[in-house]
Amino acid sequence: MDLDTHVAEWRASILRSRAVDPADADELESHLRDRVTDLRAAGLDDDEAFLIAVKRLGQVDALTAEYARVHSDRLWKQLALSRTDDEPRRPFIAMLAFAALAVVLNQTARLLTLSPEPDAWLLRDVGLVIFTPLVGYFAVVRRMPLRRSLVLLLIIGVLAAAVTLFPFSADSATSLIVAIHLPIVLWFVVGVAYVGGEVRASGRRMDFIRFTGEWVIYLALIVLGGGVLAGLTALILSPIAPDAIGEVLAWVVPSGGAAGIIVAAWLVEAKKSVIENLAPVLTAIFTPLFAVMLVVAAVGYAIAGLGREFDRELLTVFDVLLIVVLGLVVYGISARDAAKRVGVMDVLRLVAVVAAILLDALVLGSMIARVGELGFTPNRVAALGLNIVLIVNLFVTAVLLARIVWARTPAARVERWQTDYLPVFAGWVTAVVLVLPAVFAFR
Amino acid sequence: MNVDKDLVAAMATPLVLAILVEGRSYGYAILKRVRELSAGDLEWTDGMLYPLLHRLDRLGYVSTEWGESDEGRRRKYYEITERGREQLADQRRQWETANRTLGGLWGLTAQTGA
Repeated sequence: MDLDTHVAEWRASILRSRAVDPADADELESHLRDRVTDLRAAGLDDDEAFLIAVKRLGQVDALTAEYARVHSDRLWKQLALSRTDDEPRRPFIAMLAFAALAVVLNQTARLLTLSPEPDAWLLRDVGLVIFTPLVGYFAVVRRMPLRRSLVLLLIIGVLAAAVTLFPFSADSATSLIVAIHLPIVLWFVVGVAYVGGEVRASGRRMDFIRFTGEWVIYLALIVLGGGVLAGLTALILSPIAPDAIGEVLAWVVPSGGAAGIIVAAWLVEAKKSVIENLAPVLTAIFTPLFAVMLVVAAVGYAIAGLGREFDRELLTVFDVLLIVVLGLVVYGISARDAAKRVGVMDVLRLVAVVAAILLDALVLGSMIARVGELGFTPNRVAALGLNIVLIVNLFVTAVLLARIVWARTPAARVERWQTDYLPVFAGWVTAVVLVLPAVFAFR
Repeated sequence: MNVDKDLVAAMATPLVLAILVEGRSYGYAILKRVRELSAGDLEWTDGMLYPLLHRLDRLGYVSTEWGESDEGRRRKYYEITERGREQLADQRRQWETANRTLGGLWGLTAQTGA
């Protein structure tokens, strides 16, 4: 390696601390290079000179800690929404515009559903109201070419036409299933817009998976803040206008939610470094806890056996559980330092996944028996299908994790598997929305 | 000779300000000057100079300006301000007091010991 590479690596390690800004790094680098020049003049070669110069500058940790003491404000400024001049304005303006659009759409839909007999299709279309602005936001921010934007529009149009025009019967079970699955299908459409249409690039897909997790965290934080705001609003209004509270909240809460979805997406990119550090910490905290919970549950179910109480709700709960476990594993793996050796966390992830699979296999077995007894219903097909899609994914994930632990294969394999698998998820939920209702004659 | 860390830290501010009184300078040159003046007795971790300089900047004792080195690299220059000179004068009085006190005592013991 030549001197410039060494210096670049050292510079990157200094900059990793938020307390050192690029101008400080310039100053330190200038110092380092002055020292190297002097040492080389004294007869040392590049490597020796670099080593001594770095050592004389001091341990990176101690140095950045000292910077942090002097510039403690910088650590906080990272969190504030200051905009530096070289940052593009476009995403910010697009965020405001699409947040406004989302609010308008959302309120329009709300007012339409206020009629005494809201049409069932309005409820099914809620997902469209929520996610279409987000798709538009990314299409604009990513400067998608017209043709790709039109394709996105076409996809949304087909989905909207299908869920609106399908002749669902009254109290139709498939209608509810479509309402639940449509947002997930639309989330994949958001994904297509997020990656700027480059759906084949594995790296971009992984970015989208990471984006999903970070977006969820930001949205949860916004919802928390919004809850405090709504609660205080209600308390403050209660002495003067107790009757207006319901009306005010009915306007504010949905608007805030609709806008929050866009704002969260914008925040993920604008304040990347903040949550990027938080997501791995959260997975690190919860992976061991989930591993314990899953092992206990698996053992419990294996000993106690499954009662007859098994129904769709429980299978849905298991679907959610599998998704959470998958999320913990994927975010844990993607934050894992590739150069690091196998650690406790790798083993814990494997334990969590294996326990989840065993637990789910028990449930799945009983479900299949039940379907054999009672036949298929739309709900059972939807829940069972998702469960199978998930368990196949987790099974391969478990094999890959085991290989990481025992055969020391690179962790990137797990990421690759997840990104390759995304179309299966997308395909299944799309089939549930577009095909399943017809199969069951819109009952 | 090894100078105690706390003492080095206490000396750092007046030392840097006094060097800057000689003219505007930059980090690496300041360190070289320290080494020269102390004949290598004052050991200083190079990097620690910069947080100190930034603190002096924040306190208004020095002003900074980006310039270029002979090789065309960006280099940050420090120049002492009026407030910095006042601060230095104040510190100088304190150090002279310390010097006088200890010096008087040690001068005395040296005489009786002889």
